[in-house]
Amino acid sequence: MSIFVNAKTRVLVQGITGKEGQFHTRHCVAYGTRVVAGVTPGKGGQEMDCIPVFNTVQEAVDRTGADCSLIFVPPAFAAEAVMEAVDAGIRTVVTITEGIPVLDMMKVKNYLSGKPVRLIGPNCPGIITPGEAKVGIMPGPIHKPGGPIGVISRSGTLTYEVVYQLTLQGIGQTTCIGIGGDPVNGTTFIDCLEAFETDPETKGVVIVGEIGGTAEEETARFIETRFSKPVVGFIAGLTAPPGRRMGHAGAIISGGSGTAEVKIAAMRKSGIHVCEDLGTLGEFCAEVFGRA
Amino acid sequence: MKIHEYQAKGLFRKYEVPVPDGGVAFDVETAVETAGRLSGFPVVVKAQIHAGGRGKGGGVQLARSLKEVDQIVQKMIGTTLVTHQTGSQGRRVGKVLVEEGLAIAEELYLSIIADRSTAKIVVMASRAGGMDIETVAAKTPEKIVKVYINPLDGIRAYHCRQAAYALGLPKEAMKPFLAMLPRLYRLFVDYDCSLVEINPLVLTAGQRLVALDAKINFDDSALFRHPDLLEYRDLTEEDPLEIEASKYNLNYINLDGNIGNMVNGAGLAMATMDLIKRAGGEPANFLDVGGGASTEMVENGFRIILSDEKVKGILINIFGGILRCDVLAEGVVQAAKKTGITVPVVVRMEGTNVEEGRRILAESGLNLITAVDLKDAAAKVAELVA
Repeated sequence: MSIFVNAKTRVLVQGITGKEGQFHTRHCVAYGTRVVAGVTPGKGGQEMDCIPVFNTVQEAVDRTGADCSLIFVPPAFAAEAVMEAVDAGIRTVVTITEGIPVLDMMKVKNYLSGKPVRLIGPNCPGIITPGEAKVGIMPGPIHKPGGPIGVISRSGTLTYEVVYQLTLQGIGQTTCIGIGGDPVNGTTFIDCLEAFETDPETKGVVIVGEIGGTAEEETARFIETRFSKPVVGFIAGLTAPPGRRMGHAGAIISGGSGTAEVKIAAMRKSGIHVCEDLGTLGEFCAEVFGRA
Repeated sequence: MKIHEYQAKGLFRKYEVPVPDGGVAFDVETAVETAGRLSGFPVVVKAQIHAGGRGKGGGVQLARSLKEVDQIVQKMIGTTLVTHQTGSQGRRVGKVLVEEGLAIAEELYLSIIADRSTAKIVVMASRAGGMDIETVAAKTPEKIVKVYINPLDGIRAYHCRQAAYALGLPKEAMKPFLAMLPRLYRLFVDYDCSLVEINPLVLTAGQRLVALDAKINFDDSALFRHPDLLEYRDLTEEDPLEIEASKYNLNYINLDGNIGNMVNGAGLAMATMDLIKRAGGEPANFLDVGGGASTEMVENGFRIILSDEKVKGILINIFGGILRCDVLAEGVVQAAKKTGITVPVVVRMEGTNVEEGRRILAESGLNLITAVDLKDAAAKVAELVA
C-alpha cells in the first residue's frame, strides 16, 4: 500500500519538452512510472520519447485519462499551470517549480479551496512510492520498496539523506513526500499524516521539518491526539540566524517565531521522537521503529 | 528585498498615501538645502539604513535651526549606527532623510502582510503605534486587529471600516483613511510586497493622517516582474561576498563562524551547518549551490568560501540528485587549481555518479579529506576544529 500515488497512477508532465521536463520524465519512466502524456503549448502533436505531447491539459486528459500532473513550468507561468490542471480534472498536482511568487501561490491556494484536488509542492522534489511510481526529481535507487515507513519533508536533498539512511538500515518506505520549502504550499504534514494513519502498510513516519512558519508546531498538536503510529522528527536550522532567508523562501525566522528550538520542544511535548543529529538518524529510526 | 524609508515614501507618494514633506540627502549641503525649503522648524533628520530601532540608536534627531541640521548631518553621515537589528558590527550611514516635524496627537500602527498559514493578505491595525509591534503582539495581542483578505477577491469597503474602527479614528480622519487603505493595498499587490508597514501612522494635532515612517519589503521571487525595483537595491547595505555570490545565482549567507561549507539543497545546507555546530565548530556561511548547479557555479561557490579570511576549514556535503557528483568534483578541482587551497577540506559525497566524482577528486592530486558518511564527516570536522 501507499498514499497518493501508486503503480496505477497515470501521469502527465506539464513542461515536458523543456530541459528539466525531458530529463526528469526519462528518469520517471525508467523507474517504472506510467507517464501517459506531456503538455507544452505550441508543441501539440509532437512526441517526447514516444510520449504524446498536447497543447492543453484538457486535451491530454481527454485523450489519455491522465489523473496526476507533474509540473516543470517556469515560475512566471507555474500558478496558471496548476489552475489549468485543476480545471481539467486532475486530482493530484505535483509542482516541482521553485521560485513562484508568493502572491501567485496565495491565489492558487484560495482557488483550490473546496475543490477535489491535491496539490503537492511547489518547490519540492515530488512524491515517490518506491517500487511503484516516482512522480518527481528524487534519485530512485536510494529508496527501498515495501515499507513500513512513510517520509514527509519540507526539503529536497535533506529528504534523500534521510531516505538513504533508512535504506542503509534496511528500513523500506511506503511513500515519501516532499511538501516543499515555500511559505505557501499545498499538501501539509497533517494531510499526509491523515493518509498514513489509514494506510495499513505504514507502521511509522519520519517528519523532516525546518525553521520558519508554524507547520511543525501544528503538526505536533495533531499527532498528540490524532495519530497513533510512532513518529521520528528532525528539524534543520538550529544554527540559522534570525531574519535571514535560508535558501527556501519559507525558511526564515521572523519575530522570534519559527525557530528550531520551539519546533523541537513542541514535537517532544507531543511524544514525537526527535533526532537532533542527522549523522545518526538512520540508527535512531532503527531503534524507534524497531521497538514499535 | 528591503528598501530604504525614503524610497518607500517615494512609493507612498505615488499611491497618494500622505507622508511628511522632505527629501533624501547624501551630503550636508543637500540636507541643509532641503531643510531650508521646508515650512519651518523643528525638522527631523533620519539615518537611512536597512534596519529598525534607529531612534534608540541615535539615528533619528530633531533640529531647530539650519545650523543644527548642519551639525547633526555632519556627525550622522559616515557614522556606524548600532541598533538591536544591526548586530554589534552596526551599519554605516551613507544618507539621511530630512523631513518637516509634525505636531503629533496620536501614534497608530498599520501594516499589510502576506500571511503564509492562511494564504490571505492581512491588514493589521493597532492603536499601540510607535512601539515594537512584535512586543505588542506577544504581550497584548488583543490590541492588534487583523483583517483577512482573499487575494482573489481583493479589498472591500468593509475591510477598511474594520481597520478604521480598530484604530478609533476621529470623524475627520475617517474618510481619508477609507480612501487611503485601498491605495496602500494596491501598492502591496502591484509590487508583490511581502510587507508594507507604517509605524507610526500619526494623527496630527490638526486631525490629519500622515505616514511618519514607511517600511516596504518585496517578495524576492517576484522581482523578475518588477525590473523598475532594481534601482532601489542598495549594494552598500549588503555583504560583499553575498553580492559576489548573487552574481552566480548562489544562495549564500555570510556568518560569523570559522568552518566554511558548501552543500546542495537549502534543507541539507541548514542541517550541515547544525552538524558543524554539534561537532564543536561554528559555520562561517550558508551556501546552497542549488539542485541543478553547473561546474561553474560550484567553482564560484567554492572560490567565495576560500576567499573568506575567517574560514579555517571547509566541509563539502553533496547528495547527488540532479546535481551529479562528477559535476561537483569538477567544480571543486577547477576552483582549487585557480585559487589554491590553504585550509583543510573535508568532502562527503553520495548519490548520482558518486564513483566518478570520487575518482576525479582522487586523481586531482589535491589534498582533500574524504568522509564516507555524515557521521564520519562530522568527526572529521571536529578534528579540524580541535
